[in-house]
Amino acid sequence: MSDPKKETMDQGRRRFLGAGAAAAATIAPGVTLMQVASAKPDDQPVSDKNRWGLLIDTTKCASGCDACVQACNEEFNLQPQHGPRTDPHWIRKVEVRDTATGRTFSLPMMCQHCENPPCADVCPTGASFRRDDGIVLVDRHICIGCRYCMMACPYKARSFVHEEIPEEDKNVNAPRGKGCVEACTLCVHRVDKGRQPACVEACNGDGHKAMIFGDLKDPGSEISRELKKYPSTQIRADLRLNPGVFYKGI
Amino acid sequence: MKKVRYTSIDGRGGFYALLGVLGLFILAGLGAAYYMEHNGHWVTGMDNQTVWGLPHVFAVFLIVAASGALNVASIGTVFGKAPYKPLARLSAVLAVALLVGGLVVLLLDLGRPDRLIVAMTYYNFKSIFAWNIILYTGFMGFVAIYLWTMMDRTVRKYYKLAGFTAFIWRLILTTGTGSIFGFLVGRQGYDAAIMAPMFVVMSFSFGLAIFLLVLMAAYDWTGRPLGEALLMRLKNLLGVFVAGALYFVIVFHLTNLYATEHHDWEKFILMGESVHTKVFWLGQVLLGSLVPLGILYSKAGRSRAWIAVASALVILGGFATMWVTIIGGQSFPLVLFPGMEVVSSGYFDDVAYHTYSPSFPELVLGLGGVAVALIAVVVAVKVLNLLPSSLADADVDPHHKG
Amino acid sequence: MKYAQFLLACITVALLGSATAFAAAPVPHIPEPEGAEKCVEPEDVMRRQHFEFIKHQRDETMRRGIRTSKYSFKECINCHVVKDEAGRAVSIEDDRHFCNACHSYAAVTVDCFQCHKSTPAEPKMGSLEQPERSLAGLIERLETVSGARR
Repeated sequence: MSDPKKETMDQGRRRFLGAGAAAAATIAPGVTLMQVASAKPDDQPVSDKNRWGLLIDTTKCASGCDACVQACNEEFNLQPQHGPRTDPHWIRKVEVRDTATGRTFSLPMMCQHCENPPCADVCPTGASFRRDDGIVLVDRHICIGCRYCMMACPYKARSFVHEEIPEEDKNVNAPRGKGCVEACTLCVHRVDKGRQPACVEACNGDGHKAMIFGDLKDPGSEISRELKKYPSTQIRADLRLNPGVFYKGI
Repeated sequence: MKKVRYTSIDGRGGFYALLGVLGLFILAGLGAAYYMEHNGHWVTGMDNQTVWGLPHVFAVFLIVAASGALNVASIGTVFGKAPYKPLARLSAVLAVALLVGGLVVLLLDLGRPDRLIVAMTYYNFKSIFAWNIILYTGFMGFVAIYLWTMMDRTVRKYYKLAGFTAFIWRLILTTGTGSIFGFLVGRQGYDAAIMAPMFVVMSFSFGLAIFLLVLMAAYDWTGRPLGEALLMRLKNLLGVFVAGALYFVIVFHLTNLYATEHHDWEKFILMGESVHTKVFWLGQVLLGSLVPLGILYSKAGRSRAWIAVASALVILGGFATMWVTIIGGQSFPLVLFPGMEVVSSGYFDDVAYHTYSPSFPELVLGLGGVAVALIAVVVAVKVLNLLPSSLADADVDPHHKG
Repeated sequence: MKYAQFLLACITVALLGSATAFAAAPVPHIPEPEGAEKCVEPEDVMRRQHFEFIKHQRDETMRRGIRTSKYSFKECINCHVVKDEAGRAVSIEDDRHFCNACHSYAAVTVDCFQCHKSTPAEPKMGSLEQPERSLAGLIERLETVSGARR
């Protein structure tokens, strides 16, 4: 299909350019050098050497704040259509009260990116799958819209596209179409470019800093260090699905 | 016992009228499917909380009943009961017809029915749905072969083998159907191994009820004799199956009632204020089980009209059972934080239960599936020699004392 | 006999009709790409195999996170953009859209745009991500200019 020799030359040039750009990033305002430098080269596949995850601190998550939800809706252009029952919900805010103690807390719920995702188990075509780096996705090219994954998900993390997406509302980050199931992608299009998910960025931008994104397999990452230092849990940990999303203060 | 002679039906005016009526239902069903697919599922009663609605109630009922309808043939072939043998051809055809009817509904309710080819070419072998696709196609194939061995003398030697294979296959098939719900770990109403055997026994009951109605209608409308003793056998068997299904329902709920973890769910179904509680007690238990049992085992059970009423009630109860299982099961919110309560949520986690009201097109699509099953049977008895010319007791039972 | 005459007449009319249809059939007008002079593969290869390239890349990107731009669907759309009189990119609903030019001629349905956007993404103005996005854009621009993206 393509000339292998040429490909290597391209890669070399690409890497050179990438390095130059990363160096240049130090002078560009608002850009952290770390993010650009940790980006996976575009021609390399994701691997199980990484596992992307989130740590959500419910003690910092403000009740009534939905910056993460707004950011998600904007990133993927999730427009309300015919009412909340059928509108897409990739992330939602939930307020919880411990019935025994009366303590309340607030947290965002989204796809928990399980290590053993029930949605992928039940999917007849294999459209629901977990990428090697732990991100659970729907391959909408082969999703038949049977909605069995929605029955199987213990978190109600998925939405069914109930109606046509108008041409002007279509987005390039995650093409969506009527009749398929969808969910949080952990902003895979950003992660592959070494960036943070939109919800995390919004939470930090808001000053709450309740969400940390990172590599659970890298012991040096901020998320791993935090998880090692402080107690945390996963929602419905009893199901042993080992979600990639951890919560503090539940 | 005389040699049983199978003949196709004459099919005069009434036959074509029946075809016309069923055809209208099918057309309406197709129209409903087109309407829902064209606009998207927001025009149905389904939403992101209740993702499987009335079409699934119809589809799963038909698929469960399909495997049960084959039982009459199996009792003749596998268990060697001579009086059932003349009924085997109709039993096999009805089984395939019901399965096709159910699958049509299931397919037309998919988000992307145009991707049927994808469903046939991409398989995830850990998915019970993927197994079911193989089980359904296999069932049609094996039952077709079974029917062939019944109708063609040259392959008669494979009759037993084909009958056994179809019987075992149908048990696996219903196990697969029950496991669609049994294997869902995250939902309180499902996640129970008993779902699989419960569905098997329910299939016996629903399938036989439909078979009885079809048999009585066919013999009444074509003026062929249908023996009293044969009917008594069948209706007594139906009673056993109905009682068996009820037993599984009781065990299912007793197990849940013992575990504190499931108390909220049981309270919701057994004593809740939602429609599912009424459907359970009135539809599934009273009208679908207790009343038919009363009819079948009382004096009334000797009358054909009452047997028909009991069969119809078992079918009604079957729909009620599927409603409670499928809709009721989804209606109970997911338990995200055991021991805590969700005060508010951006996505209906804070409700006591999710509501679902089916839309008219969903009903029409479901009825369309029933019509597909029935029209297949009606056409089959016209073009094939499926029905014995006489099912008079003296003609079918070697031990009958006239 | 009458029937044979009728049949003959029908065939003649049909033949004549199709012949004129062929003569009058417009050759599809394929719009020139905007971004570069040459496509990623020779034209005759693309004409036959473009969907294989796109489909292969689709699985690579979806399943393995490979995001090279050579056979990327996004890049096809970016490069083959067709603008209307007002200078706006036309969507798949427009006859002039690059994909439509051939696909409507060959009467082959395109399913891609049920989900995919048929026009290039419009840059968001004043969004928080702007610095990073423009940096990534800068790298891509540099590569395109230097020919590394061929």
